[in-house]
Amino acid sequence: MIQLEHVTKTFKTKDGDVQAVKDVSIHVKEGMIYGIIGFSGAGKSTLVRCMNLLERPDEGKVIFDGQDLTQASPVELRKSRKKIGMIFQHFNLLPALTIYENIALSLRMEKTPKDEIDAKVMNLLELIDLVERKDSYPSQLSGGQKQRVSIARALVNDPKVLLCDEATSALDPQTTQTILKLIKRINKERGITVVMITHEMFVVKEICDRVAIMDAGRVVEEGDIVDIFSHPQEKMTKEFISTASNANKIDELIEQQHPITQLKENEQLVRLQYDQTNTSHPMISEISRKFNVDCSIIYGNIEILQESPIGTLICVLKGSDDDIRNSIACFKQDGIRVEVIKRGHID
Amino acid sequence: MDTLTNWIPNVIEYSNLFPQAIVDTLIMLFVTGVISLLIGLPLAIIVVVTKPEGICPNKTIFFILDKFINLFRAIPFVILIPMLSDPTRWIFHTTIGIKMAFVPLIVGTVPFVARQMESAMEEIPEGIVEASISMGMSPWQIVRHVYLKQNIPGMIRGMTIVLIAVIGQIAIVGTVGAGGLGDLAIRFGWQRRMNDITYVVLFLLLVIISIIQMVGDWLVKKTTH
Repeated sequence: MIQLEHVTKTFKTKDGDVQAVKDVSIHVKEGMIYGIIGFSGAGKSTLVRCMNLLERPDEGKVIFDGQDLTQASPVELRKSRKKIGMIFQHFNLLPALTIYENIALSLRMEKTPKDEIDAKVMNLLELIDLVERKDSYPSQLSGGQKQRVSIARALVNDPKVLLCDEATSALDPQTTQTILKLIKRINKERGITVVMITHEMFVVKEICDRVAIMDAGRVVEEGDIVDIFSHPQEKMTKEFISTASNANKIDELIEQQHPITQLKENEQLVRLQYDQTNTSHPMISEISRKFNVDCSIIYGNIEILQESPIGTLICVLKGSDDDIRNSIACFKQDGIRVEVIKRGHID
Repeated sequence: MDTLTNWIPNVIEYSNLFPQAIVDTLIMLFVTGVISLLIGLPLAIIVVVTKPEGICPNKTIFFILDKFINLFRAIPFVILIPMLSDPTRWIFHTTIGIKMAFVPLIVGTVPFVARQMESAMEEIPEGIVEASISMGMSPWQIVRHVYLKQNIPGMIRGMTIVLIAVIGQIAIVGTVGAGGLGDLAIRFGWQRRMNDITYVVLFLLLVIISIIQMVGDWLVKKTTH
């Protein structure tokens, strides 16, 4: 649906050139929710703005629906933009227009017949559940309501893609959930491809099918969300994943020499990570029986990503060196990833 | 009546001059306001869209227009009047009366209106313009629906400031033969030492300015959502 090929964008500032996006190639396939995550300044906003040429890339191609937008004439580009809806962190609704007029604006400019506009706008107002506020002005709405209006406005031209530039970053957690649900619903019911820019991993976790992790203008890792969460490769990716779960908290506790991380002789602290292929298997009780190893779980977490579970367990294994070694081998045989965090030793 | 004759004898004596002076001032105000807006607003639009970060950046047009506006803003109004006496004579075949005042008044006010309208349009958040671009709006549509319509309160505020400043300039052109309340204050109040006329003129100007300000504030309130 949207394909970026070797896109590079440099901004000229008085302190010299800043390369915001460096040679990025990604492919957003039809019907998916594609997340782009990065810390601020990573270039993710610039990247999404290249997708509808709000920023014109210095190099590379932006292919939307088979057409290279960088080569399109202004008229063709505007036509394509109508098929790429966009929502923003600060909503950007027109303050002098009512909610109804904001949503209808784009159709009014096309000289669409009045009753057709009315049918469409009312339909969208129902979708965002704001029918009774249609004559209010944006300043009279809450942040979440404004974002819903801006979603309706973005959908009024029946776009194929919805670009979300930090769409939930200015909202509280509860409102964020409502907006994410709405976006997911639009994706499922209307088949609209979604590109989500965010700095929050839980947003990605919540609704994305695929994710690209950006750092300093480059995509450092990209892939299916389950793969990324279960087998992160890059340091940046791991950092983001840890922001969305507590599983790395243990490293802090070890550093602080917290009592639960004080191991006795014959004890080892391990991190077990598993996905759907091995969640149904009663591994812990199996090793206890087989190898005479006691296992006490000090942390456990299961993420459900696209309906498939990814589990993390941090536990203390107690037993002889051989038994623990065999248990770990047994885990690994079952596809569970094992990391020994710390070994007990004699003081 | 007797007390009035005691308090403001000259005003009573020359009271027949006042209606004409008020009308002249209001005509100059109205004509200058309307024509300056008609010329200044398009100039402001051109400046806003041709800015380096505007929707149709054009360095040459922006540079020339921006400097041109600054140039005319820099000329003190009293110098503008003699400077423009030749074109005035050429257009109206006269350099006295309220007609003579229009040329310097408009030339002096247009750049002021342009700057005020420019800053009102600049107040519209960049994100709103971006959202409009992302909706596939053409530059002309953005001018019509965003720049011209999304900060009308700001534009009204700007015009209120302009009109009040124009009242001051009308008084100045009055001193060089254009008529109006300023003329009255100078010729009678100052030159013939009729202080009461000066004070009444002052009072009338205060009333006019207050009305402009009140109407402006009311319109701002009406158009703010």
